[in-house]
Amino acid sequence: MTTTLTPVLSASWDADHSWSLSSYEATGGYRGLRKALTMEPADLIAMVKESGLRGRGGAGFPAGMKWSFLPAPDGGPRYLVVNADESEPGTCKDIPLIMASPQSLIEGMVITSFAIGCHHAFVYIRGEVLHATRRLQLAVAQAYEAGFLGKNILGTGFDLEITVHVGAGAYICGEETALLDSLEGLRGQPRLKPPFPAVAGLYARPTVVNNVETIASVPGIVRGGASWFAAMGTERSQGHGLFSLSGHVERPGQYEAPLGITLRELLEMAGGVRKGHQLKFWTPGGSSTPIFTAEHLDVPLDYESVGKAGSMLGTRALQIFDETVSVVRAVTRWLEFYKHESCGKCTPCREGTYWLVAVLKRLEAGEGQPGDLEVLADTSDNILGRAFCPLGDGAVSPVQSGLKYFREEFEAGLHTPADVLFPPEKSSLFDYTPRSSAQLAGVH
Amino acid sequence: MGTEPVGRTLGQTHATGYDDATRERLVADAAAIIARYPRQQSALLPLLHLVQSEDGYVSPRGITFAAETLGLTTAEVSAVATFYTQYKRHPNGTYTVGVCTTALCAVMGGDAIWEELVEHLGIGNDETTADGAITLERVECNAACDYAPVVMVNWEFFDNQTPTSAARLADDLRAGRPVTPTRGADTVVTFKDMSRVLAGFPDGRADEGGAAGPATLAGLRVAHEHGWAAAPFGDEAHDGAEGTAGKVAK
Ligand SMILES: Cc1cc2nc3c(=O)[nH]c(=O)nc-3n(C[C@H](O)[C@H](O)[C@H](O)COP(=O)(O)O)c2cc1C
Ligand code: SF4
Repeated sequence: MTTTLTPVLSASWDADHSWSLSSYEATGGYRGLRKALTMEPADLIAMVKESGLRGRGGAGFPAGMKWSFLPAPDGGPRYLVVNADESEPGTCKDIPLIMASPQSLIEGMVITSFAIGCHHAFVYIRGEVLHATRRLQLAVAQAYEAGFLGKNILGTGFDLEITVHVGAGAYICGEETALLDSLEGLRGQPRLKPPFPAVAGLYARPTVVNNVETIASVPGIVRGGASWFAAMGTERSQGHGLFSLSGHVERPGQYEAPLGITLRELLEMAGGVRKGHQLKFWTPGGSSTPIFTAEHLDVPLDYESVGKAGSMLGTRALQIFDETVSVVRAVTRWLEFYKHESCGKCTPCREGTYWLVAVLKRLEAGEGQPGDLEVLADTSDNILGRAFCPLGDGAVSPVQSGLKYFREEFEAGLHTPADVLFPPEKSSLFDYTPRSSAQLAGVH
Repeated sequence: MGTEPVGRTLGQTHATGYDDATRERLVADAAAIIARYPRQQSALLPLLHLVQSEDGYVSPRGITFAAETLGLTTAEVSAVATFYTQYKRHPNGTYTVGVCTTALCAVMGGDAIWEELVEHLGIGNDETTADGAITLERVECNAACDYAPVVMVNWEFFDNQTPTSAARLADDLRAGRPVTPTRGADTVVTFKDMSRVLAGFPDGRADEGGAAGPATLAGLRVAHEHGWAAAPFGDEAHDGAEGTAGKVAK
């Protein structure tokens, strides 16, 4: 049987004023919280563990297990910090969720806070999404007014405050320890782990950091039960997840499906690759996950299968590129992103991304030098596993996988510009005449 | 922008302090920000947004104000301010126009939009038009890939742009005509007004605009067409507030 979509988080997004508390409650919102508040916190953690919910922010760590790593209460504060930094190229699920259904996140936060014994929770939202920020601020205000936040929530004696914290433009602040430093008012640079945030997180106190979608999935688990959630997906990658299709696809967008669905199935639902074109390469989980090609159309999009096929499920950010696109151009642009976003703390990433970009740019311009491909491979090897945080590792994914599947395009960069081999106007959604080669298009 | 300096003018001077009334207002706002956090240094990022809401950039007097407020040195504040791309070191235009040129948007047309705007406005990255209306920026992935190519104006979404639509948008902004984001408030607010929201002071516009664009709802539409749904939670029967019949996907 082919897989069908399972809208849970997205089920109410088309409702009138879906972001309002009244609309959310009309579609069953806050039933999860009412039930959760009658349960023992330890039972809630056990339930989330049993459901198989894994972090939806990229790494896929089991959420319930993370919560259970918090040390026993010592009377001091414990924190929940929701990661709404969403900046991984291709990833575009959390911000639409916050725009359309911010209350699902708030409800999940109250339940999670109750489960882990937290009385002050934070949402760290990236600074470049004004309207999503407004919706989040409104949602928090409405939840306070209705007694879902504040003192003595729903008469249970449980207190919770939520602070919306707005970032200021830095991809690295999505990395959980950089996020915590940023939330403490510092430059957003990663911390050495261990200690993990569960032990010494915000203000060196026990802290749970979870992704928006992870936390928004919690109310449904409480309502439906662990087995309701686990009935979706595969044996080790359970539940529903938002799959974000973008690029050369007829109907890009958010498709909420059980983990384990394939790109072939999703493309069929989305009207296929751009009319008259064929799939060339794609990312399964954002730009930090090694690219796939048409040979991977039937890889089940679950953590294990994608890993076995040589990539990572990441954030299920499926960026689709057709045969008109130069791999060298795409990889160069991704590396410019990593170079720009490298926090500069460690040498392999700070210097390595600089050199990768330098070499990639001359290959893109058709001015590559003999040995450049080896330099790319060497530099990547010197970053991978040696960088201080996973940003560096992620940066080499496009380079290594690009070389693996499309080496000849990089070789062509020794003599022919990418925009001669792959005229950019063939890839764009509209007709235009390029004014300059892509290489000259701007500053990074 | 009034009499404020607009560009990176040689010999440009920066005001060195706030007048009493402004200062009093900022002190009250700063206190409200600090109250949101268990420790006061956490207030630094929102305080810098607050400074931008007053001065249109992270001004020297704003840095001093933030430092004094939080008991930090100005060097400590500057170190933080320069780490984040949204904190501007020069007076920003009334509108930041950001063209996404990360790989996917670039390929889908973002590069063409960028070239068009550079030529149309006669300025480059992180530069401001002489009238102070627009600061042009290349921006990185803005979590709207399913609407590529994307342009952001003061961090509101302008989805599925073309060179023509982007040039028209720029013209409207420079002419002072109101512009409406694809997914956002009814009109785009100024850089300063936006910064105030980012500092955590809502502007009452959250209810404007729709919940979701077509791409956000693409999967839900397909599910409706086929009658697909997740299994019911099992608690619906209590009051019949909803009926999620449909087949279980597995
Ligand atoms: C460079 C970098 C950027 C990241 N960006 C995000 C992000 O924007 N949102 C997110 O939830 N996780 C992001 N992560 C993952 C977080 O470090 C962390 O694993 C996650 O927030 C944990 O939540 P989860 O277990 O619910 O997925 C990023 C990691 C790295 C290394
Ligand atoms: S890998 Fe890059 S982003 Fe991570 S700590 Fe090193 S320099 Fe910073």
